[in-house]
Amino acid sequence: MSIIKGRVWKYGDDVNTDVIFPGKYTYTISDPKQMAAYALEDLDPKFVKNVKPYDIIVAGKNWGCGSSREQAVTCLKEIGLGAIIAKSFGRIYYRNCLNAALPALTCAEAVDAIEGHEVIEVDLVSGIIRCAAGAFQFPPLPAQVMSIFEAGGLIPYTRKQLENRRSFNEKRLK
Amino acid sequence: MGQTFAEKILASKVGLKETVPGQIVEVVPDVALSHDNTAAIYGIFKRMGGVRVFNTEMHAIILDHATPAANTEHAENHRIIREFVKEQGIKYFFDAGRGICHQVLVEEGLALPGEVVLGSDSHTTHAGVMGTFGAGIGRSEMASIWALGKLWLRVPESLKIVVNDTLPSGVTSKDLALRVIGDLGADGGLYMSVEWHGEAIKALELSQRAVLTNIAAEMGVKNSYILPDQKTFAYLEGRAKRSYEPIYPDPDADYVRVVEYNASMLEPMVACPHTVDNVKPLSEVKGKHVDQAFLGTCTNARLDDLAAAAEVMKGRHVASRTRMVVIPASSEIYMEALRAGYIETFVNAGAMVESPGCGPCLGNHMGVPAVGDVVISTANRNFQGRMGTRESEIYLASPVVVAASAITGVIAYPKDLEETKP
Repeated sequence: MSIIKGRVWKYGDDVNTDVIFPGKYTYTISDPKQMAAYALEDLDPKFVKNVKPYDIIVAGKNWGCGSSREQAVTCLKEIGLGAIIAKSFGRIYYRNCLNAALPALTCAEAVDAIEGHEVIEVDLVSGIIRCAAGAFQFPPLPAQVMSIFEAGGLIPYTRKQLENRRSFNEKRLK
Repeated sequence: MGQTFAEKILASKVGLKETVPGQIVEVVPDVALSHDNTAAIYGIFKRMGGVRVFNTEMHAIILDHATPAANTEHAENHRIIREFVKEQGIKYFFDAGRGICHQVLVEEGLALPGEVVLGSDSHTTHAGVMGTFGAGIGRSEMASIWALGKLWLRVPESLKIVVNDTLPSGVTSKDLALRVIGDLGADGGLYMSVEWHGEAIKALELSQRAVLTNIAAEMGVKNSYILPDQKTFAYLEGRAKRSYEPIYPDPDADYVRVVEYNASMLEPMVACPHTVDNVKPLSEVKGKHVDQAFLGTCTNARLDDLAAAAEVMKGRHVASRTRMVVIPASSEIYMEALRAGYIETFVNAGAMVESPGCGPCLGNHMGVPAVGDVVISTANRNFQGRMGTRESEIYLASPVVVAASAITGVIAYPKDLEETKP
C-alpha cells in the first residue's frame, strides 16, 4: 500500500469542485458507488469510462477549489484512485482528501515533469514520486494528520476515539 | 513580535500564549454550522459509532439549500434533519424559510467576536464580518466534531488587505471584493487568514462588510476577518446569544503579504464566465444581453442591497426578453423589505420574488437558467454548471448593476438608465 503505481490523468489549474462533482447531484445522490459514475463529469467525460484503480490525477495549482463538498473526493476514492499530485490544493479539498485517506501530494516540480498518460510510482513512506523524467521528493504529512491517515481516514479514527472514551468511562465507573 | 488575528484566536482557544503558522492545534469550536447537509453528516456520525452529539448547544442547523423543498428527495432530506434535531435536542435549529445559514447565524447573534465557527459550507468565512474566526470544513470533519467536540486546524499564514480612502458613489463592496479577487487570483489567499483593514472598511456598514468576508472564500482563504467596532457591538445588542470578548491583531503582527488599495480609484467590476477571478471593469462587458438577472444569495441580498436595487428599478419594468428573480437572504430582511416597499417595487417591475434561501445559486430550483442563457447575478460563484446547466454563462456583479441590467436587458450601469425616464 505504501507504493502506488498507476496511469496519469493530467489536468490544468484551478479545477473546481463543481466540475469534479456537479452541485446538482449533491443532495440527491448519497451512495458513493453512484457518485463515482459522475466523477469529473463536467471536466473530462472520458475519465469515468477509462479510469482504473490506482490511477493518479496530476494537476496544476488549486485543484479542488470552490465548494466544500466532500463528494468531490468521495467519488474519486470510490473509483480507487491512487493519489492526486498537484501544485496546490483548494484548502477544504486538501483536508477532505486526508480525512478520506486519499493521498493528496503537493509537488510542483513533479507536476511540470510528468506527462499525461504515463505510468508513475508514488512511495508514500519515503516521500518520492518516480516518473519518466526522474524522481521527485514531496514534503511528508504532519504527524497529527498522519495518525488520521494511518487509521484509514477520519471516520475510522473517530470511531476508535469514541471507543477509547467509552471504555475509559466504563473502567472509571467500575 | 506581535500576532495576527488567526494566531491569536487559535492560541486563545487552546490556552496557549501564542501560536505560529504551520502549527497544528485541536480546537473546540463555539459553533458547528450545518445546513441541508445535516442528514448526510448524521449518516457519517452513525457510521463513526456516534449515538449522542457531544454538545447540543454547539450546533447551529439552518435549512436553506432547497427551501421550500424542491422535490420529494429534498423534502425527505429535511424530514430526516427535523427528526435528528428533535431526537438529539439541538438548541439552535432554524427550519426552512428563516434564511441563508450565514446570514441567519449573524442575525441570531451566534457569530460573535472572538469566537470560532466551523461550518460544513465553504462560505463559512462570512462569519468573519463579526470579528469571528469562521472556516469551512468537510462533512466527515463535521461528524467528527459532533462526536468528539473538536477538530485539528493548521494555524494559517495571514494576508493583510488595507483599503484607504472612501469608495466613490455607485461603487460597492462587491466591486472592491471582485477587484481584489481578480488581482490576487482564485488561489491568491490559499490556506491563509485574510484581514481587511483601513478607513474604507471602517466606513462600510456591516451588511456591506459581509460581502468581503463571504466572497473571500473564492480566493482560497481559510477565514476572512474584519476588526469588530462600535457598529458590530451596536448590532449585537439584544442579539448576542453569549457574552463575548473581541480579539484584535497586534499592530506589529507578521503578514506574508500586505496589499494596499485606494478605494477612491475603484470602479464597478464584473466577474465573467466561468471563474470568479476572471474580473473585468463593467465598461468592458456592458451591452451584453442577459436572459436572467438574479438578486439574491448570502453574498448580496441584505436590506441595503434590496434598497439599492429597488431605487434603480422603481417605476421601471424588467426588459421584455429578460427575467428577474429576487430572493432576500433571510425572513428578517424579507419583512423589512416588505415594510419599506421594496418588494412591491420588484413585483411591479415584473420580478419574481421568492422565499429566503439559496435558490438557484447552486442550481437547485427557483430560477435555474436554460441552455444558452446568460445570467447576471449578485452571487459569489460563476463556475460552469453552477446554476444547473454547464451550457449557461454567469456574470457576477453588485446589486445596482444586476438591477440596471434587468431593466435594460443588457449588462448596464445604473447611470445608463438616466436617459430612459421611469
